[in-house]
Amino acid sequence: MRRRLRIAALLGVVAAFVGWGLLGANRGWTKTSVARTVHDSVTELDGVVYDSRFVPGVDLLAGAMLLCAGVWGVSGRLGKR
Amino acid sequence: MVKQALIFGWLLCGAAAFGGSQNFDFKDPKGVNNVVFKTDAPLESINGTATEVSGAVQFDPADPGAVKGKLMVAAASLHVPNPLMKEHLQGPMWLDVAKYPSITFEVVSAAKVVTKENSTTAEVTGNLTIKEVTKKVTVPVKFTYLEGKLKDRVPSLKGDLLVLRGKFAVKRSDFGINAGKGEDKVADEIELTLSLAGQSPR
Repeated sequence: MRRRLRIAALLGVVAAFVGWGLLGANRGWTKTSVARTVHDSVTELDGVVYDSRFVPGVDLLAGAMLLCAGVWGVSGRLGKR
Repeated sequence: MVKQALIFGWLLCGAAAFGGSQNFDFKDPKGVNNVVFKTDAPLESINGTATEVSGAVQFDPADPGAVKGKLMVAAASLHVPNPLMKEHLQGPMWLDVAKYPSITFEVVSAAKVVTKENSTTAEVTGNLTIKEVTKKVTVPVKFTYLEGKLKDRVPSLKGDLLVLRGKFAVKRSDFGINAGKGEDKVADEIELTLSLAGQSPR
């Protein structure tokens, strides 16, 4: 059981880093929308529109790391099997 | 009497056709108008945009210094990409958009007016009202008058466009926006960038 939990914790760490990286490696806060600039050729103004997109930030990454550390910690309290 | 009224009407039409102040409506049918706000915070700067702009500006291309008008921004249209941050921004501690739905700027005067071709730069002083607190602010503004260009933007209409660009900063503490609190998390100074176009159909 301890071994399985530790493997799960390690896989969780890897999955969190890979997911965070694939979704933009955003070093800011988690976002649920992303700004996109639209150019108006008549006025030469740039407008801003927001597209719905989930971009995990370091807050979510830190949460996932804490969760995995918790699982690892719990595993230490269990017997070897 | 009828003759006098006709002459007066003709003079008014003449003034509108050959000069004088034009009324520009800043409710943008294209949805490009925006006010970007930016403030510093520890992890990353907070960038957001307000898009629901309305109001009108009276602008005379022959006398840009006489500009007058009032612009409104719907406070509920302020958007930041983080949903929790947006909830806080619009909530009672910060902008309280349910109680104070509008942010307004009313032009009082313009100074240091410099016109070159169709562009005018000026320092526009006006009353900025946020959460019912009004402060006089001076904004460096660039006006660009685009004569006859409305049809290029809205094909069903003929008329002129007035583009307004400006950048200035305000202190949130001046307007009672969570004043004196959380400055270690969100800076007191907020930078505002205006990118607006108004239309004056003929």
